[in-house]
Amino acid sequence: MKKPRLYLWLCGVNLLISAFTFGGGYVVVPMIKKYYVTQKHLFTEPELMEMAAIAQSSPGAIAINLSILAGKRAAGTMGVLISGVCSLIPPIIILSFVSQWYAAFSANPYLAAVLKGMQACVAAMMADLILNMYQAILKEKSALLCFLAPAAFIACFFLNINVILILLASSLMCLLTLFWKLRFGKEEPAA
Amino acid sequence: MIIQLIFTFLKIGMFSIGGGYAIIPLIQEQVVTQQGWIGEKVFTDIITISQMTPGPLAVNTSTFVGIQIAGIPGAIAATCSCVISGVLISILLYEFFKKYKSSQYIFRILNGLKASSLGLIMAAGLTILLLTFFGASDYHDVNLWNVDLVAVALFCASLFCMRKWKTGPVCTMLVCGVVGLFAYSIF
Repeated sequence: MKKPRLYLWLCGVNLLISAFTFGGGYVVVPMIKKYYVTQKHLFTEPELMEMAAIAQSSPGAIAINLSILAGKRAAGTMGVLISGVCSLIPPIIILSFVSQWYAAFSANPYLAAVLKGMQACVAAMMADLILNMYQAILKEKSALLCFLAPAAFIACFFLNINVILILLASSLMCLLTLFWKLRFGKEEPAA
Repeated sequence: MIIQLIFTFLKIGMFSIGGGYAIIPLIQEQVVTQQGWIGEKVFTDIITISQMTPGPLAVNTSTFVGIQIAGIPGAIAATCSCVISGVLISILLYEFFKKYKSSQYIFRILNGLKASSLGLIMAAGLTILLLTFFGASDYHDVNLWNVDLVAVALFCASLFCMRKWKTGPVCTMLVCGVVGLFAYSIF
């Protein structure tokens, strides 16, 4: 794609994604996958997983972090600027309106019905993404990685362990097994 | 006032790792308890509104508080300072991992982060699922008899459409919104 067209596309897609991220920052992962990976082939799914992991390990809003990383990967520094600004515009505008009439807004039954319908779709999007990504991890045929994803899930959902601890523990575990392999293993470590 | 806003939201942005609902107490402590910019009631309203409007919770809260304190300039200042540290740190991390990807240690760490972040995405997904099906965000509060059948049907239908025909997310969402409007108005 030519540069100006790419910038314009980035601008539009970020406005769109940001205007539809109901229900938490993780929803942008399936959105970015759809537009950047499936439609435009700007990067691959493993790369998206890497970006998602980094966005999650950094402070701040995951949705914004991931959008600017995707923008950076697609169009460099300009991509960062465009994605950053364009993903902030919709929430700022919407909240500016809502904060004026928020009592009426939160009591409207029709709006609540629409939002509930959309929430079901968000849940389906997350399920779709999780199925795809877990299949990708299974393909790597590493017992540790296949174990880490459900383990992190249990630690976060049922045990309420702090996210930073989970991320630190899992990278530590990967390092330790690598040391173990290098020290005792005969096979080449998968790198 | 705006300078105070910038400082407070820089702090919130810097220390809110993990995103989503994990950071609510942090924002509450800073905005309600320490600065007293808004009351407890308004804060709860903001959380509800943040769930109803698109955009990340931290961004929505900072915009809302910024407007209340200093109008639109306040909203922009608060929002930008809330996201800036995350943006910078994630770019740095990204560059770091890209540079040292050939090192097998870094490669392993990145793989571990990838796997566990998928686990975190699963947890977030299940939370949304519970919220949609049972109206409860915690599995302790789930009452199996309170299942929302419209939501279950919409969930299954949209999952099927997205996997089978690869329908776009925004388009599927809009259709679900329209169906929800009619279905919930009837039942």
